[in-house]
Amino acid sequence: MKISRAEVEHVAKLARLSLTEDQYTIFTPQINNILEYIEKLNELDTANVPPTSHAIPLSNAFREDEVKPSIGLDLTLANAPEKEGSTFVVPRVI
Amino acid sequence: MELYSHTIHEAHEMLKKREISAVELTKSVCDRIDRIENKINAFVTMNQEEALASAEAANQRYKDGTAGPLTGIPLGIKDVICTKGLRTTCSSKILENYIPPYDAMVMTKLREAGAVIVGKTNMDEFAMGSSTEPVWTGPTRNPWSLEHISGGSSGGSAAAVAADECLGALGSDTGGSIRQPAAHCGVAGLKPTYGRVSRYGLIAYGSSLDQIGPITKDVTDLAIIMNSISGYDPQDSTSVPREVPDYTAALTHGLKGIKIGLPKEYFISGIDPEVMAAVKNGVTELEKLGAEVMDVSLPHTEYVVAVYYVIAPAEASSNLARYDGVKYGFREKSPANLMDMYYQTRTNGFGPEVIRRIIMGTYVLSAGYYDAYYHKASQVRTLIRRDFEEAFKVCDVLVTPVAPTPAFKIGQMTDDPLQMYLSDIFTLSANMAGIPGMSVPCGFSSAGLPIGMQLMAGHFNEETLLKVGFNFESATGFHKQKPTRQSNR
Repeated sequence: MKISRAEVEHVAKLARLSLTEDQYTIFTPQINNILEYIEKLNELDTANVPPTSHAIPLSNAFREDEVKPSIGLDLTLANAPEKEGSTFVVPRVI
Repeated sequence: MELYSHTIHEAHEMLKKREISAVELTKSVCDRIDRIENKINAFVTMNQEEALASAEAANQRYKDGTAGPLTGIPLGIKDVICTKGLRTTCSSKILENYIPPYDAMVMTKLREAGAVIVGKTNMDEFAMGSSTEPVWTGPTRNPWSLEHISGGSSGGSAAAVAADECLGALGSDTGGSIRQPAAHCGVAGLKPTYGRVSRYGLIAYGSSLDQIGPITKDVTDLAIIMNSISGYDPQDSTSVPREVPDYTAALTHGLKGIKIGLPKEYFISGIDPEVMAAVKNGVTELEKLGAEVMDVSLPHTEYVVAVYYVIAPAEASSNLARYDGVKYGFREKSPANLMDMYYQTRTNGFGPEVIRRIIMGTYVLSAGYYDAYYHKASQVRTLIRRDFEEAFKVCDVLVTPVAPTPAFKIGQMTDDPLQMYLSDIFTLSANMAGIPGMSVPCGFSSAGLPIGMQLMAGHFNEETLLKVGFNFESATGFHKQKPTRQSNR
């Protein structure tokens, strides 16, 4: 086993997901299968290989720091599940 | 011939000559949708009212003489691309009510070109999948055989084009999501070079792999849409400042001087024999057209699936952290506190494949595992990229199958994610290397399902792909066949 049921639970918590018993029973072996398959990468010696994060070599993309029109408050809040005045509303934190 | 069944370039000619009006064309497409959409389920959200208004405006442009090749052309847009004022869901409950306050750059460009947007097309949730079987919006059915998948993740776009529910469409491709559904639905699809088309307003899945591209009825139409959507955009920091050629100028006859490589790792046992035969016949056809064919090797091919299923879920887990129920989208009602709101919103808003990939991605990026997984995979990605650099020293275009089999049945793979992932083996590498890849129809299985041939070229060499694809379809005519058996009834 690459990953235990408890580890899946821990990772789910990190990702703010609360799975059901059934989901843990289904996902744990599925994720194990995938991780075991990924083990294949260790067949390769990559000691001197630089990583690729983007396939097209581009250096920093700079632009002038100019003020431009933004979409404004109404549109920004238009999709909010809950809002009040000029703010997003969430449940009590403290 | 019904108006909806035309290609983009045919319809444009008729509009230009005033043989038809843009309103007639859009109405024909909308009638077609009304008649068959309940069988195909290619769309998540329809936009017929606005489409007719755009068609009226297009008529005016044809009168003024300001019309271009996409003016008045009804298109479908994958529901991962933000459309201002038009709901955009990624086929996910978590975005069930999201109305983008802005247009993606490709939408700005298409609207300037005068295109008519008929609706937002169905997809695997957040583009994660190969079959367009999202839980929230239901599967898109293959127009050639309604019990089969349309492919994915841009299955709605490919099925809509194949079923004549639009003249062309936009998809997005992170690991084959344009090419594979195009192959399964018997239409043409192009994933451009990474950085060729702006990703601004494309809802992110795997940011180092994602790219928007066209799905159309023929290769000429691919070139027409590429002319419109390509180009540098300062709003996408990975977009490449490089001139956009006229892609239609590449569509010339004859393949003399074109060198075609057949990577031996892509012609292996386990491929469906009918797929193998169709692609090999396609290669023979290219040879007849004057191309020189040679064997090449991409030695790290067997690691492609493993690399992809580290990198894509890792990037996805990070990108999807933004869905927290605060600023937009679905929020579970009456949570006990803020933390509970996050848990309930995310757990009930995402479907199973998305949850699986978020967990995978979070795991491979979590403390102690980063080097073993993400870093290692990024190093092997370099080896995969180098394989292609070597291959393109000796040939111009690589030819391979798109998928190892024709479309499978709906529900057949949903319980075995690894098996589903392995079916992406031939398309993932182009995204790893950032190179352009294209699918063109190259035959049919004995069951009547379409088969696609993949063409890949070096960075920014879309023109050669389009030229080879154009010659191939002109010589073979597979793209002209229509799925008349089931979906028309």
